[in-house]
Amino acid sequence: MKELLIGNAAIARGLYEAGCKVVSSYPGTPSTEITEFAAEYPELYAEWAPNEKVACEVAIGASIAGARAFCAMKHVGLNVAADPLYTASYTGVSGGLVIGVADDPGMFSSQNEQDTRRHAIGAKLPVLEPSDSEECLAFTKLAFELSEAFDTPVILRITTRVAHSRNPVELSDRVEVPNKPYEKNPQKYVMMPAMAKVRHEFVEERQKKLAAYGADCPFNRVEMADTKIGVITSGISYQYVKEALGDRASVLKLGLTNPLPDSLILDFAAKVDKLYVVEELEDIIESRCRALGLDVIGKEIFSLCGEYSHAMVKKAILGEEAESVAFPEAIPGRPPVLCPGCPHRGLYYALKQAKVYVSGDIGCYTLGALAPLSSVDACVCMGASISGLHGFNKAEGDKNFDKVVAVIGDSTFIHSGVTGLINIAYNKGISTVIVLDNSITGMTGHQQNPTTGITLKGDPTAAVDLEALARAVGIPNVRVVDPNELEATAAVIKEELARPEPSLIISRRPCALLKTVKHAPPLSVDADTCRGCKACMKIGCPAISIRGGKAVVDATLCVGCGVCTQLCRFDAFKTREAR
Amino acid sequence: MNHNIIIVGVGGQGTLLASKLLGRVFMDLGLDVKVSEVHGMSQRGGSVITYVRAGEKVYSPIIAEGEADIIISFEQLESARWLSYLKKGGTLVSNTQQIDPMPVITGAAVYPERVLERIANLGVSIVAADALSLAAEAGNVKSVNVVLLGIAAKYMGLPEQVWQDAITATVPAKFLEANRRAFTLGYNYEA
Repeated sequence: MKELLIGNAAIARGLYEAGCKVVSSYPGTPSTEITEFAAEYPELYAEWAPNEKVACEVAIGASIAGARAFCAMKHVGLNVAADPLYTASYTGVSGGLVIGVADDPGMFSSQNEQDTRRHAIGAKLPVLEPSDSEECLAFTKLAFELSEAFDTPVILRITTRVAHSRNPVELSDRVEVPNKPYEKNPQKYVMMPAMAKVRHEFVEERQKKLAAYGADCPFNRVEMADTKIGVITSGISYQYVKEALGDRASVLKLGLTNPLPDSLILDFAAKVDKLYVVEELEDIIESRCRALGLDVIGKEIFSLCGEYSHAMVKKAILGEEAESVAFPEAIPGRPPVLCPGCPHRGLYYALKQAKVYVSGDIGCYTLGALAPLSSVDACVCMGASISGLHGFNKAEGDKNFDKVVAVIGDSTFIHSGVTGLINIAYNKGISTVIVLDNSITGMTGHQQNPTTGITLKGDPTAAVDLEALARAVGIPNVRVVDPNELEATAAVIKEELARPEPSLIISRRPCALLKTVKHAPPLSVDADTCRGCKACMKIGCPAISIRGGKAVVDATLCVGCGVCTQLCRFDAFKTREAR
Repeated sequence: MNHNIIIVGVGGQGTLLASKLLGRVFMDLGLDVKVSEVHGMSQRGGSVITYVRAGEKVYSPIIAEGEADIIISFEQLESARWLSYLKKGGTLVSNTQQIDPMPVITGAAVYPERVLERIANLGVSIVAADALSLAAEAGNVKSVNVVLLGIAAKYMGLPEQVWQDAITATVPAKFLEANRRAFTLGYNYEA
């Protein structure tokens, strides 16, 4: 049976068919759906962990216990999981262990463009790179076999276009793989110096064996056509090369990109007149070719930045371009925005009025950096809002503490904000931290987390009590506000900023997109009452615009949250009942 | 013959369902299909583009400038933004709806005037429709996506039944009737 699956759904199917038992992940675009789809199979245990490090360790533990295990994350999540992963490379596996990592060339939804293959080289782990959904499924299954055959965790690396492209995939049945019996083996699993020294030697030997395996394996293949042009490529770039060049080039398609198969590369290079490497992000294959003494063309005609396309390949290699027409005027951008009714809007409005430095974090609320709220001053990585604020305060000698706050979402707080909060309490900080608790992981598309009281599989469970947690780690002032009540929110922020001691404010209101949230009817503007002062435009609500000098509300977008009514001095916003 | 279709709009307008449905239609016809979607940050009211490709064998999941046979646009400004993706002789199916982007709302930019008229003046073949009103007529304002697919369907030369089957397979039962009506209203629309 064939189904039209996105790459992420095909990977989940691969996990199912491969007899994988344990899946633990943290959501992150473009990797999130792998775990969501995996959770739909009752045969798989699947969970959201608080962060990627925990998720990776859960999968490592399951592998040691003898089960096939998997863990998914986005590229920057691998930085968080790098600690366990680099050493799991030494321990190797019992049950097959596969780590799915999704890179984001073009940064559709990310803060950097790092290439997972760099981590794989560092950790000395094999990398498989599928090019479409069919290969996502096939490579996932083969990854477990590779993992068990070579006693190694395997990185399954995808990119946004593979993760979120949909194509027909042939499905098969699940094959149950019984757990390997656990055998005590401290030489393999206890990484103290004496044991780790021996295992490091094993890792180096494994690298050599994998490189030899790469010369003749199901992941790498040569497609000979015209030999005037030869291209070495992998992942989504393979599709662009085939689309652009067709039979006008021969192709070495690499599915196993670490370690690289030197002999295969040299053989292929010898058969073609002009050799190109087409790979998104880093010049990993290209550098290897150069190290092998090959004359190769790569990044000088492509780019280290952004995503590629077949048009780019066609232009760079063949010099051909399609004709096109363009609209004869600059077109206003359409950046993403906070949704109508978003609880972050009221909070950011209050922060803007308070004229404070906002140490920001990763989530929907990063959008508060954009006009007109323009509130966020810094955003680095998950958790950095809180720890960064502490550093900011220490740099200023704890002087301007009433002018700076950190904002962080509920899921991000659990991910890696809580350690920063403990640091503030422990090191006599004076920072004010605001947790934007919208009862869900928002940006990645509504995943449950340890604060929501519901598991990935939808079962009720323990929920973190944020207020009690803050008090338990030594934060003396804990306040809760409803961000849609602008005056009260502003007052609490002012009070807590004035204190020369740490405070945690919980800005609590569920995400407006949650199905459980009931909305009021849309508002409308009484044109006779509206003076066109534009006070309501300061909150950047996509449902409000100015037409003919007066505010108007788009009834198809408005969810009646009422934040705008609190800004109108003339009472021009009317509810349906009032009309 | 290869089909290269681009669906553009504003995050939240239902472009994703339209691309899924279209992908399904092509798969039911026994063609190789690739649909490339955008998830995450760009869905928060941002400009969204989805590519649908079908044929004997499809490699790239995306469509480049000057390659689309049809652009199905859910919003006027998005029609202008992605116009360069249309191939020479291609067709633009555009909703007449206007949704102000944030730079226009804040006054940092101005929404261009007479967008569709100016696109037509470039010699582009354009089918403009008030899909929102047609969707309302069908009984569900959220079926704008299916109305526009219905209009575009006429230019793809595929049997109508395969569309209706794909709608039945893709749309939840609760919204099925409204979406069937929406498709028919689009399919029979005269510009």
